[in-house]
Amino acid sequence: MSDVSPYAVPAIVLITVATLAIGAFGYRISRNTSDFLVASRTVSPRLNASAISGEYLSAASFLGVAGLIMTYGVDMLWYPVGFTAGYLAMLLYVAAPLRRSGAYTLPDFAQARLRSTWVRALATGFVVLIGWLYLVPQLQGAGLTLSTVTGAPAWVGAVVVGVVVTLNVAVGGMRSITFVQAFQYWVKLTAIAFPAMVLLLVWFHRDGAPPPPAPAEWVVPLAGLPGEHPLFATYSLILATFLGTMGLPHVLVRFYTNPDGRAARTTTLVVLGMLGVFYLFPTVYGALGRIYVPELLGEDNADAVVLVLPGAAVGGLPGDLLSGLVAAGAFAAFLSTSSGLLVSVSGVLSTDVLGRWSGSHGSVRDFRRSAMVAGIVPLVLALQAGGLSLSTVVGLAFAVAASTFCPLLVLGIWWRRLTPVGAGAGLLVGGGLSGAAVLLTVLGPPLDGWPGALLAQPAAWTVPAAFAVMVLVSLATPGRVPVDVGRTMVQLHAPERLRLPQR
Amino acid sequence: MDEQPPQRVRVVLAGGERRPRPEAAAREIEEQTPVGEVLVRGLIRTQLALALRVSLLVGLLFGVQPVLFALYPGAARTEVLGLPLPWLLLGLLAYPVVFGIAWAYVRAAERNERHFTDLVNRS
Repeated sequence: MSDVSPYAVPAIVLITVATLAIGAFGYRISRNTSDFLVASRTVSPRLNASAISGEYLSAASFLGVAGLIMTYGVDMLWYPVGFTAGYLAMLLYVAAPLRRSGAYTLPDFAQARLRSTWVRALATGFVVLIGWLYLVPQLQGAGLTLSTVTGAPAWVGAVVVGVVVTLNVAVGGMRSITFVQAFQYWVKLTAIAFPAMVLLLVWFHRDGAPPPPAPAEWVVPLAGLPGEHPLFATYSLILATFLGTMGLPHVLVRFYTNPDGRAARTTTLVVLGMLGVFYLFPTVYGALGRIYVPELLGEDNADAVVLVLPGAAVGGLPGDLLSGLVAAGAFAAFLSTSSGLLVSVSGVLSTDVLGRWSGSHGSVRDFRRSAMVAGIVPLVLALQAGGLSLSTVVGLAFAVAASTFCPLLVLGIWWRRLTPVGAGAGLLVGGGLSGAAVLLTVLGPPLDGWPGALLAQPAAWTVPAAFAVMVLVSLATPGRVPVDVGRTMVQLHAPERLRLPQR
Repeated sequence: MDEQPPQRVRVVLAGGERRPRPEAAAREIEEQTPVGEVLVRGLIRTQLALALRVSLLVGLLFGVQPVLFALYPGAARTEVLGLPLPWLLLGLLAYPVVFGIAWAYVRAAERNERHFTDLVNRS
């Protein structure tokens, strides 16, 4: 970009240093997991909801959604709607029972419910896969942001965020800091909402509210989508986002910090409100971007619209200041989401892989080594992958989550007859099919027609396949239903105020 | 959030020394007697039915939109409040609608749990 705001780099440095500082401070006051867990029981639903929202609003939400809306139009509104409604599905089927299960991670849940170590191992594998898939676009977004505001090559930003987050997590900074993530939500909301309101004012008062110059297929649903089967793509995207949220590893961990099942419900409700407010704004950037920065459309980097638009539309010192603000917000998004993901991935790597290997069962040293591995792999992938839009890759991560952990959680919580064999088979089929579709989409040759449509948005067939396999194989192996399923069900569903003695 | 006079929920941590004796029915649940089993199964069925009903509502509200606009492209061009209808529905109204449904669900789910607790404590 030609005009660079002089405030962008200082703003990015400021937000990074603030994050590291709060992280370091938190490390001093909470040294081990049990400190964290005890403290967590006092976290109020509102603080917890800010933390969940802060961790959840990623590069895809902050930059990607606006870019997609600007390029493709109204159909892309399904992304933010789905990212939000995913918490509704979580509320309906998962939130309270999961908190009551006492499981801290998805592998913990799998083992507690099914009493099977190999299902646990499978779940671990998919946590790592989904975490990495979700980390790649965060790092790409960081590269894009830094190259947009400074003109540096794209790999610089990815390396900066990758290294900062990895070191921070390895040192223990972000581990337990609900407060940091909560702070990041308000940073991001301010950074997207305030410039958006200024932009709307400028558009309305100074320029007389011109309509966005756009062809009809941008305004009307199903006309502007790439590919030949827009209706299928839309439904598949709806299914992936509505059902995928509950399977994201970094989301689930935060539910453990609720004091009880009831608080878990309240927290989810507040999250829905917070996300709803945030997602009103990317649309503003997408629509106004058509008016003020149409040159982004041709260049295949519409993801930068949020960063460039304030400077282009407002101009002068106010424009520079607003550009600095959105750049800081974008970095807050990369830092918080990647930290959350990295903590989850290195957590399961250290307890389930390294710990088991070395026999030390998740020591702090294992956690640090895992954080290094967990951070370097997506960094390498991010440097290799190019050309895919941020929200597309995130959408694929949602599809894998919806095809694996959604059936595991929903059937595990509500269906007594689920067996370890059935759950494992379903995970393998759902994860294998959706994972293969992701690989072919990202690495394979471009495909047309139905094969292309089915692979680009796989959820519509991989989610039902996973559910069907889990149910059918479980019915075929009735002897393998865990003997203590009755007790588990009581624990998952009985309200805490019954004061049942906990196990 | 509704800030009604807070109804205190006592959370009893495992290992507390002075835990009140579980009520008779609560003990039946805990010990997996046939009566307890029936009680918990009833609660699970009620909560699942509620969740499925809400899902059906959400599925209808959102699921019909793509098909509707595919079948009646004219509807997609209608402008309401200066915005094309699909933009208004997805860009603006979707969020308060989802929040409202979630709020109603939370109230209903907690009512179900209250009934269950009352039932257990009475028996």
